[in-house]
Amino acid sequence: MLQRKDLLGLKELSADEIKLILDTAVPMKDIIQRDIKKVPTLRGKSMVTLFYEPSTRTRTSFEMAGKYLSADTASLAVSTSSVVKGESLIDTGKTIEVMGADVIVIRHQAAGAPHLLAKSVKARVINAGDGMHEHPTQGLLDLFTMREKKGDLGNLTVAILGDIMHSRVARSNIWGLTKFGAKVRVVGPSTLIPKEIQRMGVEVFHSVEEAVKGVDVINVLRVQRERQKKGLLPSFKEYAKLYGLDKKRALLAKPDALIMHPGPMNRGVEIMPDVYESDRSVVDEQVTNGVAVRMAILYLLMGGKGVNEATN
Amino acid sequence: MKQLIKGGRVIDPANGIDGRKDILVEGKIISQVADQLEVSGEVVVIDAENMIVTPGLIDMHVHLREPGQEYKETILSGSRAAAAGGFTAVACMPNTNPVADNKAVVRFILDQAERVGLVKVYPIGSITKGCQGEELAEIGELKEAGVVALSDDGHPVVNSEIMRRALEYARMFNLTVIDHCEDPNLVAEGYMHEGYTATVLGLRGIPSAAEEVMVARDIVLAELTGSPVHIAHISTAGSVRMVREAKKRGVSVTAEATPHHFTLTDEAVIGYDTATKVSPPLRSAEDREAVLEGLRDGTIDVIATDHAPHAREEKEVEYAYAPNGLVGLETAVPLVVSRLINPGVLSWSQAVAKLTVNPAKVLNLSAGTLSVGAPADLTIIDPEKEAVVDPDKFYSMGKNTPFKGWKLKGWPVLTMVNGQIVMQEGKIFA
Repeated sequence: MLQRKDLLGLKELSADEIKLILDTAVPMKDIIQRDIKKVPTLRGKSMVTLFYEPSTRTRTSFEMAGKYLSADTASLAVSTSSVVKGESLIDTGKTIEVMGADVIVIRHQAAGAPHLLAKSVKARVINAGDGMHEHPTQGLLDLFTMREKKGDLGNLTVAILGDIMHSRVARSNIWGLTKFGAKVRVVGPSTLIPKEIQRMGVEVFHSVEEAVKGVDVINVLRVQRERQKKGLLPSFKEYAKLYGLDKKRALLAKPDALIMHPGPMNRGVEIMPDVYESDRSVVDEQVTNGVAVRMAILYLLMGGKGVNEATN
Repeated sequence: MKQLIKGGRVIDPANGIDGRKDILVEGKIISQVADQLEVSGEVVVIDAENMIVTPGLIDMHVHLREPGQEYKETILSGSRAAAAGGFTAVACMPNTNPVADNKAVVRFILDQAERVGLVKVYPIGSITKGCQGEELAEIGELKEAGVVALSDDGHPVVNSEIMRRALEYARMFNLTVIDHCEDPNLVAEGYMHEGYTATVLGLRGIPSAAEEVMVARDIVLAELTGSPVHIAHISTAGSVRMVREAKKRGVSVTAEATPHHFTLTDEAVIGYDTATKVSPPLRSAEDREAVLEGLRDGTIDVIATDHAPHAREEKEVEYAYAPNGLVGLETAVPLVVSRLINPGVLSWSQAVAKLTVNPAKVLNLSAGTLSVGAPADLTIIDPEKEAVVDPDKFYSMGKNTPFKGWKLKGWPVLTMVNGQIVMQEGKIFA
């Protein structure tokens, strides 16, 4: 079991805790691949997803993870406009708590929102992405995928490519990977690399060719059109030309390097279709692994019976 | 009535006094200051043995929120907080609702302060109408109504031409222009100091340059116009360096620093406590060091709190959505003593000057001294008193302090305004 109330980020987790989650996700993945995908482990436990931002895969992934473990799940959709006029996050959280939620999964556009919620409720809180801060379950599923395909994380060199500044996925990956001794490179235009990120233990590149040379993994991040309006990018066209991952660039990595993307993708901008569709791309498996990792986290946080019973 | 303040260590920087003295107050004025005073007849003796006695402290940068935002603070609650914090006078910023850009609002503030009758309240008028940065406010009328300075605090005048004209015009009325230096385009949607901590927390950063480009501009405009500029809440190493250099060249620029900027760094934001959200933001350790050095070498003339109360529900939100500001009146003195005087950054005399005669000079007030004949505004500080900061006990309606639970040493124990004791041992006498 995890000896903590909440899962707010990978920065706070020890390598042992991360390993426990990844190890627990292995048998969870087996459950997903069975004909009858249900175990009674979390019967009688409840999970509420509270998403202040649109999400396709993360929310569904959490809901399916909960259901496979027999937890009761409910979701509360909050449009961003109600944040300003409506109920405060603390009040919303307390409302969900008094309905009996054991765990609240929150996605929020403001960094630190899960911390505020965690301080305000007794229910457990899982961060499903907060602003530019962290997306710990995405980080964990990325680590799981890398470990499954490549073995010991400590031997890997990983290039994270794209809009590092606005990416919570990048931050969670960096914390997770560096805890195991992996080498992490971040690459993107200088306007999208946050200040002093080197202090997180990464190497900064502005040339994709240099950054991906000889790496084991290329993790490609989504770039958003609104960056153009803020003066961070001249155009998608120039971005695609300078930073889009095409076949020629991908071939500079190790021959068996993994191509990853947290989704949703802008095909033809940050990643070219021939790369996405190549057999080195593990984008679909990342999604499957996401369910397994979230099952492991729900199980490890909400207790339930032993892991063997969970997998029976 | 005669009151004799006996046996305290009197620190009166304007008169070069730092020593054990007795002070006799007769009615509303200071009538004698001497090593030893024997007074015949009826006299109330205030024992100041082992205490520090200073001219009444002046906080030249507070937000009293009235009129318009009385749910955050009122002139009554803010005056009580000031008295509790050892301040005998405060200068209040004009970003009320309506803005103090006209005679009526200024008079209202002065009338309310008089009704409250605790501390001296000096209104600051706006530079431009509605603090919109477009047209000059009726500065002549504001002066006539009683403002002591001009500022568009919180909404810096971006248009350099308007700022230039404001400086030229204000000088006719002997009013200092106080600028909250921040280029709003560089602030953009930033919530904290740009640097490693912001990168880790995923909060958009505000670069030091946001402040520095406007400090640089203001220095240039002060030179162009020959008018004085006062830089509010200076927070970056670059700003301190530029002010130091400008002063050396004889430019009439002054600056203030807040207790939170000389005490905290951006690392205080870790954990997302919205009490640490303030404009300008808490800066890096190097910036804090530069502010300390600026205080030490005299580049920074004034210590002011930027007291900015907010309602609880406004601050109990996501970091990005919380308003900027923290309350400072009731923690300023112990922070000055604990963080500046006791560690040897400033002498008592230097620190007291930055809280009394220096702000008085910036505001062109004949105040901040214990001269014979001056109004009997004074503060007594117990340098050994230790206490834990408890916002629930604040007189301010704002509880938004990042210092909650801090154990600090050196607290005000008596505040006297015009010969009247308005605070003693934490109790307020209206």
